[in-house]
Amino acid sequence: MDSSNTDQTRNRRQSMVGQGVEIDMTPMTDLAFLLLTFFMLTTTFSQPQTMEVVMPAKPKDDTQEQAVKESQALTLLLSADDEIFWYQGITDPLIQKTDFGEKGIHKLLLELQASIPKLMVLIKADEKATYQNLVDILDEMNSTQTRRYAVVDIEPEDKALIKSYTP
Amino acid sequence: MRRLPGKKTPRLDMNPMVDLSFLLVTFFMLTTQFKTEDPVQVQMPESQSRVKLPEQDLVTILVSEEGTIYYSIDGKFTRKRLLNRMGQKHGITFTDEERYAFSLQSSFGVPVAGLKSWLGMAPNDRKNVEQPGIPCDSSLNELEDWIVMSRVVNPSVRVAIKGDQKTPYPVVRRIMKTLVAHKVTRFNFITELEPENG
Repeated sequence: MDSSNTDQTRNRRQSMVGQGVEIDMTPMTDLAFLLLTFFMLTTTFSQPQTMEVVMPAKPKDDTQEQAVKESQALTLLLSADDEIFWYQGITDPLIQKTDFGEKGIHKLLLELQASIPKLMVLIKADEKATYQNLVDILDEMNSTQTRRYAVVDIEPEDKALIKSYTP
Repeated sequence: MRRLPGKKTPRLDMNPMVDLSFLLVTFFMLTTQFKTEDPVQVQMPESQSRVKLPEQDLVTILVSEEGTIYYSIDGKFTRKRLLNRMGQKHGITFTDEERYAFSLQSSFGVPVAGLKSWLGMAPNDRKNVEQPGIPCDSSLNELEDWIVMSRVVNPSVRVAIKGDQKTPYPVVRRIMKTLVAHKVTRFNFITELEPENG
């Protein structure tokens, strides 16, 4: 019984060798797809976008600070609820309000750029402004091709101006 | 005589399938950048910028919605050397285990004084424990040390700020000031692409 059994297997094996061995590839496919799924799920597909900002280095003394002509200055004050207060010039400014929409700040910047050749935009944000506001305003600078702008600290006078604003 | 269909179980040749799937596996293995787990989920601000973030030598300053600051730097060996430097500066010696734990950690938001005990925790506990954030104000600015030391261990490092949409501006301003004070004048804001019609 035993001997005949081994004979049979030997025979079968011989015949198989003669025909060319067939290996069942299905488990291999299973494995490969399992790995594939794992890598597909763990991979980060899109590299996040970024916005590059270049800040001026801190000047060594006050003489290196650049003065801005009053007629060219536009100050944007970012505050709570995605509001932008803005005024031109420095002395006795007329404060006005706008927003981040297409008809708001975008239009304003384009208009002022057309009328003032060397427009300098000063961006100031108070405590109630958010990071999104900052990114949005820098985005507007890029999209309106405003090259001269600076992010500066807000002054107490500016805060008072925001408070004094009446529509 | 024609063979009747369905009489014999059909045998599919699986070899091309295996070829294909392993090809894809290889592709994904080589291109993959594993998702790094952040201690907090942030919703990044939207912008129209389409510049891609550099993949290497990156320092990421993660700022949560509440203004908690977390720090992370690329590279296992860079992290090890960074921890050594910070230890030297603050007079703390870290054991090999702690250094190893730190080299595997992506983001952290623990003051240097609490770093030793935090690294001593089991990896799962470390994830669950509340992290106070890296101190960055006028009285204690450790973020500044981390940045300086990161630039010492890897001079080609680039800084990216990853904030939440609702992160209060003063926190961002403090980080920017710290960066500028240490002559990192060029840095990145990580953003998400704004929908076209938005």
